[in-house]
Amino acid sequence: MGFFIETLIGGLMAGMLYSLVALGFVLIFKASGVFNFAQGAMVLFAALAMARFSGWANAALGGDSLFLANVIAFMGAGIVMWIVAWVIERLVLRNLVNQEGATLLMATLGITYVLEGIGQTLFGSEIYSIDVGMPKDPVIMFESLFEGGILINKEDFIAALIAAILVAVLTLFFQKTPIGRALRAVADDHQAALSIGIPLNRIWVIVWCVAGVVALVAGIIWGSKLGVQFSLATVAMRALPVVILGGLTSVPGAIVGGLIIGVGEKLSEVYLGPMVGGGIEIWFAYMLALVFLLFRPQGLFGEKIIDRV
Amino acid sequence: MKFRSLALAASIAAIGLTSTIATTSAYAQAKEQFFPVIVYRTGAYAANGGPWANGYVDFLKLVNAKGGINGVKLSFEECETGYATDRGVECYERLKGKGATVFQPLSTGITFALTEKAPVDKIPLITAGYGRSESQNGAVFSWNFPLLGTYWVGADVAIQHIGKLAGGLDKLKGKKIALVYHDSPYGKEPIPALQERAKMHGFELQLLPVAHPGVEQKATWLQIRQSKPDNVLLWGWGVMNSTALKEAQATGYPREKMIGIWWAGAEPDVKDVGAGAKGYSALTLQHGAEPGSKVAKDVLELVHAKGQGTGPKEEVGSVLYMRGLISAMLGVEGVRKAQERYGKGKVMTGEQTRWGLENLNLDQKALDGMGFANVMRPVQTSCLDHMGSSWVRVHTWDGAKWNFTSDWYQSDEKVLRPMVMLASGKYAEEKKIAPRTPEQCKQ
Repeated sequence: MGFFIETLIGGLMAGMLYSLVALGFVLIFKASGVFNFAQGAMVLFAALAMARFSGWANAALGGDSLFLANVIAFMGAGIVMWIVAWVIERLVLRNLVNQEGATLLMATLGITYVLEGIGQTLFGSEIYSIDVGMPKDPVIMFESLFEGGILINKEDFIAALIAAILVAVLTLFFQKTPIGRALRAVADDHQAALSIGIPLNRIWVIVWCVAGVVALVAGIIWGSKLGVQFSLATVAMRALPVVILGGLTSVPGAIVGGLIIGVGEKLSEVYLGPMVGGGIEIWFAYMLALVFLLFRPQGLFGEKIIDRV
Repeated sequence: MKFRSLALAASIAAIGLTSTIATTSAYAQAKEQFFPVIVYRTGAYAANGGPWANGYVDFLKLVNAKGGINGVKLSFEECETGYATDRGVECYERLKGKGATVFQPLSTGITFALTEKAPVDKIPLITAGYGRSESQNGAVFSWNFPLLGTYWVGADVAIQHIGKLAGGLDKLKGKKIALVYHDSPYGKEPIPALQERAKMHGFELQLLPVAHPGVEQKATWLQIRQSKPDNVLLWGWGVMNSTALKEAQATGYPREKMIGIWWAGAEPDVKDVGAGAKGYSALTLQHGAEPGSKVAKDVLELVHAKGQGTGPKEEVGSVLYMRGLISAMLGVEGVRKAQERYGKGKVMTGEQTRWGLENLNLDQKALDGMGFANVMRPVQTSCLDHMGSSWVRVHTWDGAKWNFTSDWYQSDEKVLRPMVMLASGKYAEEKKIAPRTPEQCKQ
């Protein structure tokens, strides 16, 4: 029983981290109707910028204050992500207003490769570390109740907490602020939003900036966990089943979807994996999402599409 | 009419000039031994592929700086695979026509794909420390050279080492050893050798595959926490290794009980983990980090000091850099040996180089002379043994650097040879290959 609870908790915390990446997908889709395939590349790009700026700032400060170096790096990486958002809007999105969703998707596929290539060219392809003081050792709880206790990974716990706070802030931003409402209006209909005076171009820059900041936070957390290297870009692939399951337009959907996927893949690996040779958690997550789609094609929290015939 | 004559004259002159240039170019190429360099400087495994490629290219430059192979200069061209098998095959097809001497794909997947192409194109494949383990049998795998060691060697030595630490191989009875492996041909390769040893000594083998690229291992390490194996063997590559060490730390598994294969024992695997990886050991493919070796010093002096270094000079002598450098050296020595038979100062074909690799005899004196003293032990190949040596040491990460912590081991041929013969025999039967006879081997 203890082991089951431990796996469950591990899955929930991993799920929160997937949600963080899935949020980037949801934000951009909600606000611009674009399925941003480049979200993973943005996570990598932001993490690379953060890691290198932190290293350079720390060296410039003589290695005395890692905290200050991290603050400087965070601001620097934030500016870099703003520039990325601006360039994407100017060079790609502005020319694709009112185009088919598939065209926009292909454009983001192109952005993925450009960001991965430029990121590694500018910042290098070695493994860099981000040290934001995350604890690495585990804590064992309830030793009197379960043999060997329940292991909680402190780093994952803190990361899950940060993800939860970010989600709450973004939900408020979308629901309660004028910019949030404008973002939702743009997502519904580009032309209608333009006709009532919503500046489409500025809104797009804002939403890509917000997605950039989410990517930066995800990059810092994942980078601190795994080291900053190319595979961070593949983390986005772990978030795809989350958005399939949770629905592309729902922030709470990204959270619930993340938790279900996280728990599902960990339990499947531990309990079903040994029966079929193991290594199943990645494809099992997709299978789980597809099974959900059979019953709710719009995802758990997605908007139901009703067309007049 | 005048214009037509002028155009005709210009065309003839252009053709003449082009053919002159082409001839000159062909002549220039004919005087150079061409080494294709299959690399991955981008993608999920770039952090590990980069230093290997830099060491490989730097050694070719070093040979040129010293005058080439008996006067024959080396030329080379890189081709990026991103560790993808399809792109590796594409690189092979593109570069083979340029007079490729030998291919070294640095990927077990690409090696599997090229194993059937190499005999057709008559170009040897060197897979130093990777590839198919049964390809040690050169009578069947005439064009494969898993020089210095195969994964079966690694698995065998890892168990010998664990046995030695436990006080003898007989002490392994009833113990549990987990293999955390990259779920790919590379990661699966040691399993038959480990199963054989498990049968011999009575330990339980737990198999835990990790999907590419290996960034998600939480479930794996929770299983380890539950099953409490006495030792964990780590068969990862790239980010999978550092992730495994971080998860071991996060689940409280002692790093001192972990032993990695030689592809899980370099600086990129542990640097990011730092003190968290302290006590973790890995096998070495003879060499470890060798910044103090003569060959590393030669590279710095004759290549980097002249502004021709391929990567950062701080990297020279690091584990994977040395692996690339030694891999290049083995290819170069194959050509040098071939020249002894087919003519010194001449450019060797793939077929001639194959003979050189099959008759390699690098004794300690020769290795020391090339700057590999205390880095490598002798390598001697034959038709039946395309591996040439199976010397392995263990090194341990102290939180800042790798230090050797064992004496030299060799794989047990009594265990592995029958396995090699059986597996290569099956391959020959399946592919309808007639193994070379001792007489054919001499040709």
